[in-house]
This record gives sequence, structure tokens and C-alpha cells, in this order.
Amino acid sequence: MTRVLVPAGALGLGYDREALERGVANHPDIIAIDGGSTDSGPSYLGRGVSKYSRASTKVEWRELMQARAKAGVPLVIGTAGTCGADAAVDWLFDITREIALEEGMKVKVATLKSGQPKERVKAALGGGRLHALPAAPDICEAVVDDCTNIVALAGVEQVAAAIATGADIVIAGRTTDTAIIAALPVVRGDHAGAAWHGAKVGECGALATTQPNSGVIQIDFDATGFTIEPMAADAAATPYTVSAHMLYENSDPFILHEPGGHLDVTRSDYEALDGRRVRVEGSKWVPGRYTVKLEGARIVGYQTVGLAVVRERRYVQHVREWAADIEAKVRDKIIARMGLAADAFNVEIRLIGMDATLGALENRHDVPVEVGILGILTCPTAEQAAEAGKILNPYLLHHPLTEDEPMPTFAFPFSPAEMQRGALYEFCLNHVMELDDPLSAFVLETHEVGHA
Amino acid sequence: MPELGSLVSKVRSKNAGPFWLTIDVFCDDPTTYTRVREGLKDATVARLFGVEQQLLKRFDIPALNVVKFSVPRPVVQGTRADRDMHGAGWACLLEELQID
Repeated sequence: MTRVLVPAGALGLGYDREALERGVANHPDIIAIDGGSTDSGPSYLGRGVSKYSRASTKVEWRELMQARAKAGVPLVIGTAGTCGADAAVDWLFDITREIALEEGMKVKVATLKSGQPKERVKAALGGGRLHALPAAPDICEAVVDDCTNIVALAGVEQVAAAIATGADIVIAGRTTDTAIIAALPVVRGDHAGAAWHGAKVGECGALATTQPNSGVIQIDFDATGFTIEPMAADAAATPYTVSAHMLYENSDPFILHEPGGHLDVTRSDYEALDGRRVRVEGSKWVPGRYTVKLEGARIVGYQTVGLAVVRERRYVQHVREWAADIEAKVRDKIIARMGLAADAFNVEIRLIGMDATLGALENRHDVPVEVGILGILTCPTAEQAAEAGKILNPYLLHHPLTEDEPMPTFAFPFSPAEMQRGALYEFCLNHVMELDDPLSAFVLETHEVGHA
Repeated sequence: MPELGSLVSKVRSKNAGPFWLTIDVFCDDPTTYTRVREGLKDATVARLFGVEQQLLKRFDIPALNVVKFSVPRPVVQGTRADRDMHGAGWACLLEELQID
């Protein structure tokens, strides 16, 4: 039997402190928490940075390091620093070292890095060992070369190797969400289908319970299945909350692909043991070819955005034609005055209050009280984007609907009304890479930090 | 005809990775589930999200009273044309769809 304590769906999201204490008192074999995902977009991977504040991360990580010391078991984090790039692992390692010194702890830390050298990825591409997943973008060597960061998602093999170093703390770069929870049960010989399924249910912390914000859950894995129990006093896991969690952020609610195989929950059976615990059996692990998924991000331009608000009724009623006219005029002026080719940059105005969320798919056409005018300029360099923003600015302030009317002035929420957004990143890989040796594409190191 | 959102407990859309969008329709009971399952036509849903019908994945899950759709994201997450980083806004299209 293996008992895994999951404090929250992600480090930085917060959790119920009493529930964490209860979990620690229950003698877990390991504490595992996720540190990120792709869900906040490509900029984090592109820059190799965390989305959460360093201060918040340090507060929560300190509490988890204290909980770990109390429980006397390993603490594992996967996808450290939101994106799991090598720089994000270094960032969390740095925080860990600070805390260890401040707390007078002496800890052994294993770092597992997932960053991929471009040469390895290009060799896999050239050797036919890189395979596109459904809806993958087209790639070539140049796309790989353009990436500022490429990571491979580690599975249980790599995480287990990190745990096997005897580390007190494992800081892993990009891993699958499930691998950090499934690793110990799998290597200890618990039911493989249960290990992966329980890990999937647990990877978002208490999201699979009636009190998602309480964070803390405990999962017991054994030879035939797993049992999930939330640690917050007022939270309950029910067969519905647990089975419905397979829907969450999964394109297929029954099959989950992982390194070295896939999980099939088609025949899983969910049983309420009491009012708050659920037992799951019948999940199946189907071994397959050993591949790891890759994620990569590259810079495709630099952006300046401008924001104004149109409140005057006549302008609101005619805002589409007004915005289209500004787009055309700004485009012409960027070509004429900055000398950029027409296909080298992009001018777009989104109408907040009209269709800024759904664009062409919007099918409601109510007339709003006011419209937010979000001008987005994308250029090859940051300097050009800043220049283009200054060309847009006077139009957002004063552009008249017709030529023979008094000059209007629109509401600027601040000065200047345009903001430099920096680089625009795109995810450009949705591929898996074959590996003969799961550890060959990852870098595992151990470090002693702090002092007793 | 009522809007789907008025019949069900929740319509949720979320990214399933940067390249896919998944939409879950949670019904409260088997009667509503059956009505929603019958009322939601693949062609209509594909058109609503601007994707080809053969790329639409559909899961009718009576055990949960859930109808689930997955589509390649109408716009890849985070690209210049993306308007909704987490993909939650697309649920409104289905929520406001009138069904029999």
C-alpha cells in the first residue's frame, strides 16, 4: 500500500492548512504537488518563468517543506515554476535553498531537468522518431531552432529515479500531471491502472471533491485499486465527483496517454465507502511504445496594445465601421512612415462589449452601453511595436466617424494609453519523441542544501 | 425553444492542452440528459465552434448524465488570433443554443 498526500492542485493556489496537518498526521509515504501546466499560455514556457509570485510560492513551499520534515517523507513537485523549463527548476531550487538556510534544515534535493537540446529534437525529427499528435502544427528544423525552450514531459520512470536517489525533496521540471503521484505506487508494485487513475483524479487536489478550494487529498494505492479521501473536514469525495473528474481538461474522458502506455478507465468501478471516501477498481494500464510528449514555444513577434473606451451613443452604434477605418488608416501609416511590408506586421482592434471573446463565432448582437477598444499591434521587433503603438494612439483618442463633424475625444484609462507587451510566444510542438531509455533525455542531479 | 443553459446545471469549456478544446454539458437527471443528448446534433455543434464535423469527438456518458464534445481548438491557445487563453468563453455558444 502506498499513501500519497496531495496538498493542492498547484503550488501557489493555496490550501486548507488544517487539512494539510491532518494529512501529515495520517503518515503519508510521499507528498506530491503539481507546479504548473500549459493552461496559462506559451509565454511562461517561452520565457522559462513562473506565473505565480515568488513571495507566494516561497510561503507555500516553506509550509510544504515543514510538513515534509514533520512527516519524514519525500516531497515531490512536478512542472516546477509553471512551465517546468530548466530555468524554472533553478528558480524553485534557489527558493528551496533560501528556505533551508532560514529554517536551519539540512535537506537533500534532487533536481530533474526536462529541457531538450535542439540537436536532440532535430535528430529525432530527422530519424523519424518524432510523431505528430492530433491537431499538431507542422514543424521543420527551423521551427525547432526558433524555440526559446523545449521540454519533454517526464513520466513515472524519471520521477521514480529522482525519488530513488533518497532525496528529501524532488524538484522536477516538466512532468505529466499524473507522474509525480503515480511514480511511487508504480515502483512499489501497486496496481498500475489504479496508480495512473488515482494520480489523474488527484492531480488537481480537491477539485475531484465537493470542496475544490480545500486542496488537500489523500490517496491510498494498493494491489487492486485506490481510495481517495479529502482531508478537509467539510469536504467529501463521491462516486460522481471522482468519476466526473476524468472529464476535466481531457479531450477523451476514458483514455489518458502517458509515457510508455495509456490508462483506460472505461471499466472502472466507483464505490462510496462512506460519506466522504471513494474506492475505485477496474482501471487498466495498457503498456505501449515509450514516448515522451514535447512542448516548445517560440517568439513570433512583439506587441504593443492600446486601450480606450467609447461611450458616446452614436459611436457605440457605429463602432465596427469606426474600428475598421482606424485599422485601415493605421496599417497604411505603418507602411508609409515606418517602411514595414504589409505582411510583416498586424493591426487588430478588438471590441470589448461586442465580440472580443468569440470573434467571428459570436452570434449575439446586442448594443452595449460602451465599448472597450483594444488595439493590438504585432511587429517583428519591440521597437517597431512601440512605434506602431504611437501611430495608433491619436486615432484611439480622436478619430471621427465622418470627416465633417467636430473632433471627438474618447476615454483613455491612463497615460500613455498604449502598453508594451513584449514578446508574443506561440506553442509550436504537439509531438511525442521515442526514447529507448526513459532517462536518456532528462538530467538528474542531487544537492545538499541548508545546514543542520 | 429553451436555451440549453436553462435546462442543464452547467456548461463548461476548457483547454485540453493548447491544441484542443473540450466542452462538458452537465445534466441533473436522466430525463434532461436524454433530451439534451437527442437535442444536440453533431452538425450544429461543429458549426457553432467553426470546426469540420469529422473532427468533432463526442462522448455521451449516461453514468454521469454528461454530454461531452472535444474539438481542435478553433484557434490554437496563445497564438496572435487567440482571444481566450483558457478557452472558458466558448461554453457560452453552447449554453445559449436553443434546443428542442
